Amino acid sequence: MTSLRPIDAKAHVLGQVPYCSLTEQQQVKLRAIIEQGLPQVAQPYLAIAKQIDATEQQVLEQVAMWQESGLIKRFGIVVKHRQLGYTANAMVVWNIADADVEKVASKLSLYDEVSLCYRRPRRLPDWPYNLFCMIHGTDRDLVLGQIDKITNELALEDVQKDVLFSYKAYKQNGARYGKNGQKS
Amino acid sequence: MTLSLLQQQIINSYQKGFPVCSRPYQVVATALNSTEDDVISAIKDLKDKNILSRLGPVFCHKKAGASTLAAIAVPPAQLDKVAGIVNQFEQVNHNYAREHEYNLWFVVTANDAVALEYTLMEIELLTGLPVLVLPMEAAYHIDLGFNIDFQQSKMKEH
Repeated sequence: MTSLRPIDAKAHVLGQVPYCSLTEQQQVKLRAIIEQGLPQVAQPYLAIAKQIDATEQQVLEQVAMWQESGLIKRFGIVVKHRQLGYTANAMVVWNIADADVEKVASKLSLYDEVSLCYRRPRRLPDWPYNLFCMIHGTDRDLVLGQIDKITNELALEDVQKDVLFSYKAYKQNGARYGKNGQKS
Repeated sequence: MTLSLLQQQIINSYQKGFPVCSRPYQVVATALNSTEDDVISAIKDLKDKNILSRLGPVFCHKKAGASTLAAIAVPPAQLDKVAGIVNQFEQVNHNYAREHEYNLWFVVTANDAVALEYTLMEIELLTGLPVLVLPMEAAYHIDLGFNIDFQQSKMKEH
């Protein structure tokens, strides 16, 4: 049986850190296992628990805890959208005046077509763009039409931008943190 | 290739918020008026069809370690070769060719900033090309769920 060890007993009492019954080693293993995905058996967490010598309840609590703390951002089906016909994937990059980034980003984020919107550093002189958004669609012309519409509606016609459609996926995996960064 | 109604429902309802409990497939089955066995085989079939990359957690990159978007301007004739070198790294989880002078775009994720920097250096060394490093400074919108329009979607035939 594993030891019942709080991460930090004092913090736990204060309600800052939830009680955690898995050892650190078990947590690392658990994370590596669920990163590969949940098994398709009736009691998947029980199957995982057996692999790390823990109880089903401990595993469920740990995953819930990671969800609450925000370490797990979402939990669910990860689809390969290309396989579903969403093959027109554009990364639209903008050179927005620093003072306007927040304002423009919040407007861009309101569009259903925009799935991601990030600020990243410019790398001058090679890369003048600081705001990135992703638009996925079933058809290239459709996506270009959406980009035009957004550009007009937000009055961004004069802003320097570029549209980078992807045309080949060499790799499309979830991130793996389980191992220590060696080449596979 | 066609998907069953159950599969379409699973895709559009469970990209976020898949139940975390002892019998999650049973909970999904109840919600979708199906059976646990049918839900399990529907998901297995999505995997076999290579539509589902996995069913599980998406970790927050910032909290889970260090990550960055990166790009390389590869001479077009070398693109497949260089992409292959980049792909060898376990820390690279997405790698796409895009229409631009910077034509190879990938995401590198490592345990910490030092490991990340080391990986980027190794990629530069092995490819012989400079890497444009574009870490996220702010996220304004992350809608990773994907509402699939099954009417419009032209699924690939296999």
